[in-house]
Amino acid sequence: MTPTAAPPAAADARPIISVQDVSKRFVIHKDKSIKERIVNFRQSRDLKDDFWALRDVSLDIFPGQTVGLMGHNGSGKSTLLKAIGGIIHPTSGSVMRRGRMAALLELGAGFHPDLTGRENVFLNASILGLSKQQTEDVFDDIVDFSGIGQFIDTQVKFYSSGMYVRLAFAVAINSDPDLLLVDEVLAVGDEPFQKKCMDKIRQFQREGRTIVVVSHSVEQVADLCDRIIVLKAGEVVHDGSAESGVRALRGTFEEDRIAELPPEQVDSAGQPLPAVTIDDVVVLVDGVPHDGVIEPGSALEVVATCTVHDFGPWIAGLSIATPPGHLVYRVNSEGFDHPLPDEPGTYDLRFTMEDMSLGGGQYVVQFGAERPAGQRLDLNENAALIEFARDPHGAGDVQFTGEFRVERSAAVVEAPGSRSR
Amino acid sequence: MSLNHADRVERVIADDLVQVGDRRGLFRGTVDSVRGVLEYRELLGLLVRREIRARYKNSVLGIVWSLMRPIVQLLIYYVALGQFLGAARATPEFAVFVFTGLTIWGLFAEIVAGGTSSVVNNSGLIKKVFLPREIFPLSAVGSALFNFGIQFVILIAATVLSGSFPLHRDLLYAPLAIALVIVLGTAIAFLLSALNVYLRDTQHIVDILVLVLFWASPIVYNFTFVHDRLVGTFAESLYLANPLTLATLGMQKAIWLAGTEDPTIYWPPHLGLRLLIALAISLVLLWICQRVFSRLQSNFAQEL
Repeated sequence: MTPTAAPPAAADARPIISVQDVSKRFVIHKDKSIKERIVNFRQSRDLKDDFWALRDVSLDIFPGQTVGLMGHNGSGKSTLLKAIGGIIHPTSGSVMRRGRMAALLELGAGFHPDLTGRENVFLNASILGLSKQQTEDVFDDIVDFSGIGQFIDTQVKFYSSGMYVRLAFAVAINSDPDLLLVDEVLAVGDEPFQKKCMDKIRQFQREGRTIVVVSHSVEQVADLCDRIIVLKAGEVVHDGSAESGVRALRGTFEEDRIAELPPEQVDSAGQPLPAVTIDDVVVLVDGVPHDGVIEPGSALEVVATCTVHDFGPWIAGLSIATPPGHLVYRVNSEGFDHPLPDEPGTYDLRFTMEDMSLGGGQYVVQFGAERPAGQRLDLNENAALIEFARDPHGAGDVQFTGEFRVERSAAVVEAPGSRSR
Repeated sequence: MSLNHADRVERVIADDLVQVGDRRGLFRGTVDSVRGVLEYRELLGLLVRREIRARYKNSVLGIVWSLMRPIVQLLIYYVALGQFLGAARATPEFAVFVFTGLTIWGLFAEIVAGGTSSVVNNSGLIKKVFLPREIFPLSAVGSALFNFGIQFVILIAATVLSGSFPLHRDLLYAPLAIALVIVLGTAIAFLLSALNVYLRDTQHIVDILVLVLFWASPIVYNFTFVHDRLVGTFAESLYLANPLTLATLGMQKAIWLAGTEDPTIYWPPHLGLRLLIALAISLVLLWICQRVFSRLQSNFAQEL
């Protein structure tokens, strides 16, 4: 189920969170004790480092939205979440908020190992802003959801780590927030419990609660969020739909990779010198250039024209994914045990996939070239957009020609009416 | 609990936008801080209970342990100072005298020591959850008050047993002394708990200061001795300027009936007035320290 997208018109002008020009500077002290401070008094300026975790971030989040904050380590996404939660104060700018908030930055923060599960539930619920009465009202729900059962009166230090996070999650999820801030803890525990967590999150979305989640899991975020904000070095580089957000995120990863290349592989403009370039990618369906909707069972041929500039082993591959980034199929030249030519020159690489029957809908074909060790040489992220015809009977990642009949069963089962005879 | 989508959105946007973690002016900020703590008073209670419960959870004697320390202290001072050094000769009912001082002193020492480490000890919570941070030093005050309550009951029981239950007008000094210690201790706890985040040395300095202050107050020796040595000098005024001296004296005047009745025991003049002045100054200090705390607390999460 896709979460309800755009907020209702009435909410447009009334954000639940309003972040205005927020910057956050961290000063990194390299000394901590009085002795060190006195001894190093003169150089104390040298012992400080400035680090801007956020720079002039402005954004509004509206009620009912599920927003993913993404970016890689050190991009400032957790800092932004903490600023929204009021845990750290911005150096400049302001954060405004309304409604009841629960921050799930760490499960079980405030659990005391020596107290029983029951005592910890009350303590944790109180930390999340519930009164004793409110906690008593949802106490049974919490215990039910956590599946802790009879162990609720055991000290939590005897809990398994799974029980611990389940109880903590159950408390947080039952605290009835308007706004939920989540840091990498959307789903915990074993698989059935994770499913329960995700169901609960979707229920939250239906109930119009606002969720802001920081996560590294692209799939989870793309699946859950209707808006993705990508941060890079403390700045918002993208703010938009889930699909465009995932692409933007991948783009920032690529920029970083280029920035880390050794100097001999980079030209004067800072761009990497190409070893292999993908010049053109064409998709052929049953031998003719792809056009329109593909019927299931067709033979798909992806022809990539590549130029080798530099010596060295390389592999080429393609992937087929749904527009939000869910991978359906991938294959590469290694899979065919086929070494690629490393003589400079231009080559056509042909991947043929017979009898292709993907589920109805659009797919993005990506084509990439890389070194066997994984270093990327070139990537065409949007080599082609193909569309398969709707499956008239079923749905899913694949489709089949099929039929459906009903016949009288050969097995002898007494029909309920036959006994009376 | 289960509002539908539109209703909840409707309700949320009806609220006002509130600035997160505001640093407003001195007075506005104080009002906000007090309101924040009041909002979380239930949690404060739970945190105090957590401290107390967790401390004695797996011990057989449990709460009895909170009495062991003062009782052993009492025995040591009674035997070593009272009997061997002869302090008991000039001090009637020496045991009640020492225990009175130790009780009020214990309250102060526990507030200050517990308060100082309270923020650092709860760093897990501070880094992960938004709460008015004042509740951490305050919960240390709460658990100190709990221990004080138990000791106080024992102290009263002791006076009853020794047949000198302090039912007299001077008993009014007791609430004044206790209030002074709580207010002053809380002020110091606010200040030091915040400083301790930035400078962990604070904790160790506190240990030493508490020791010095212990001997700078007439807890195990009689104030009469001090008066005899320093009579009327500036040093005596200085000694009496120590609010803990005043609190100890106030408590002794209230509880230590034998001393109040004994004409050879010297009491400083205007003790009540002095206590009131000290209390007023402490209240101002409490306000200042709370402002300092709230200014420093904005960086707690990143410094811990």
